[in-house]
Amino acid sequence: MSIDFRTNEEPEALSGFEHPVAATTKRLTRGQLIRRRFFRNRGAVVGLIIIGVLVLLALFGQYLLPWKFDQRDLGQYYKPPSPQHPFGTTQAGFDVLSRTVRGLGKSLIIGFMVAIIQTTLAALIGSSAAYIGGWYEKAWLWVIDLMLVLPSFFLIAIVSQGGPKGNYAWLLLVVLLAAFGWQLSARVVRSLSMSVKEREYVAAARFMGLSTPRLLVRHIIPNIASMLIVDVCLGVGYAILGEAGLSYFGYGVQAPDTSLGTLISEGAQSTTIAPWIFLAPASVLVLLVMCVNALGDGLRDALDPTSLSGGQA
Amino acid sequence: MVKYLLLRIANYALLLFIAVSLAWVLAQTQLHPRQLFEVRTPPLDPKSIENILRAANVSDHVPLWDRYTTWLRGVFLHWDWGTSPGGGDVGDEIGRRIWVSFRLVTIGWLLGTVIGVALGAWSAVRQYRISDRVITALVLILVATPSYVTGEVSKMVATVINKQVGFQMFLFLGEKSTGTLPNYPLADVVDRIQHMVLPTLVLTLLGLAGLQRLQRGLMLDALGSDFVRTARAKGLRENKAVMKHALRTALIPTGTYFAFQAATLFVGATYTERIFAFQGMGIYGVDTISKQNINGVVAVTAFGGLCYLVGAILADLMVAFLDPRVRLS
Repeated sequence: MSIDFRTNEEPEALSGFEHPVAATTKRLTRGQLIRRRFFRNRGAVVGLIIIGVLVLLALFGQYLLPWKFDQRDLGQYYKPPSPQHPFGTTQAGFDVLSRTVRGLGKSLIIGFMVAIIQTTLAALIGSSAAYIGGWYEKAWLWVIDLMLVLPSFFLIAIVSQGGPKGNYAWLLLVVLLAAFGWQLSARVVRSLSMSVKEREYVAAARFMGLSTPRLLVRHIIPNIASMLIVDVCLGVGYAILGEAGLSYFGYGVQAPDTSLGTLISEGAQSTTIAPWIFLAPASVLVLLVMCVNALGDGLRDALDPTSLSGGQA
Repeated sequence: MVKYLLLRIANYALLLFIAVSLAWVLAQTQLHPRQLFEVRTPPLDPKSIENILRAANVSDHVPLWDRYTTWLRGVFLHWDWGTSPGGGDVGDEIGRRIWVSFRLVTIGWLLGTVIGVALGAWSAVRQYRISDRVITALVLILVATPSYVTGEVSKMVATVINKQVGFQMFLFLGEKSTGTLPNYPLADVVDRIQHMVLPTLVLTLLGLAGLQRLQRGLMLDALGSDFVRTARAKGLRENKAVMKHALRTALIPTGTYFAFQAATLFVGATYTERIFAFQGMGIYGVDTISKQNINGVVAVTAFGGLCYLVGAILADLMVAFLDPRVRLS
């Protein structure tokens, strides 16, 4: 490992290495800097591209594929992959590829919705707790501790066992996953906001008479935006795995609808005679979560000004 | 120190009490054990259904508050966590299953921790070399792979190997064989080992992945820190600087993580238990929900919460013990 002794020079001034033609004093905006740091991370870029492809597939796949997810090819039971059914067929003659695409779509929707809701909750609760302080802060910290003590898996399973069934039951699952997902992020948001709230411009805004909610949204939350972006991204991965885990035990997305977790648990019952039913959704799940994690890591390195893993920009 | 600890424990006890009470309310209002008896053939007389439900303190005809006080009295006065709808004491069941989970998880957890920490520290020292890149890429795959996928894949591979070698080398149903064992010395030990290999492998991979990431990051921070630079500048040999100065510091947060996880070992690994048919705690939690066993699921939740809090206290103690910068007094 080499030790870096350049401390007097500003990192921006080094951009000259990238563009020999430009003068060494050329300044980059923060956006350009982040973009450059991000695109230098090959894993994250590949992750972003694959996620893009998977999202497009989930959106438009059903129009391109010859089979519908709930359409049986009668007589074609437990058929291994063939040109007609690239990922094979199930016990009932369903096309595994179109079911995987359908399940991918549901997993993606759930993942994104949960991640956005839980990060929003974490941002609002964490920053308001830090800013308002006093009993309000104590109460929220206590609620966070309480919710961390409860084993969320069992509680979500209880509610979805006793809860409503039907086409929109998965929305309840989204709410539950988000309700048990914001606590750790809220703690991080709170400790970051603690230092932001001491800044002069926050005091200035307060003395100008800005209301607390507005002050939080305008002056505190934007300052921790980079952490929140990374949190959403990693939250998508956790939520997809969480949903798949619940669906694996039958407490998640219910038939006739399907998600990657539901498909994996169906496929797991026939791995010895028809492994493709299991392998197709399982590999898509692993690929998706891998890409989301790589993207999150890349974003963190690009957004964190102290991180060296993006190289000098 | 002692006062701090006692206050902390008192706060945790209150937290646990409220958490379990909430879980109790949720279970009592969301689960419907009455349905279990109403679908029986031949049909049961409604009066005897009511008697069975009242005996287990899960009848929805009794006011919620009365059920709650009955439950509290049972737990606090007699340490009686109630019975399942089919009879059978919940406390006994849990007492038995804790050890099944413990036997299942311990070896895999220890192996995962040791290998994960070693790989993490090693790949940090060799940052950006081929070995680091290969390990980091493999770990990225492992982190994204849930245990049920690893478990099923390991079973598929083991089936192929069993076929190739011509006998049942790997066994993956339960803790031990139920039939008669072959007649050679230590046959029962060998049989148990054959059952343990795959789940242990799955749990090792699971633990290893998380710890490698954690330890690599911590180790990189430590290697880049001023005191390691100073140690090197003073002419300390590379090995000594890495092992004595960097690794020691980087192990402090891992120690807390380790202490925390030690307490949660008993809660079990729900997916691994399901895949390899171990009758442990995790799978009991899932079964109690699908079988409308209110008392069972509350007891599992309480036990899980207790493990979490014991883990948190152990982690606190570990920090105080390991990190010279922390002073509690």
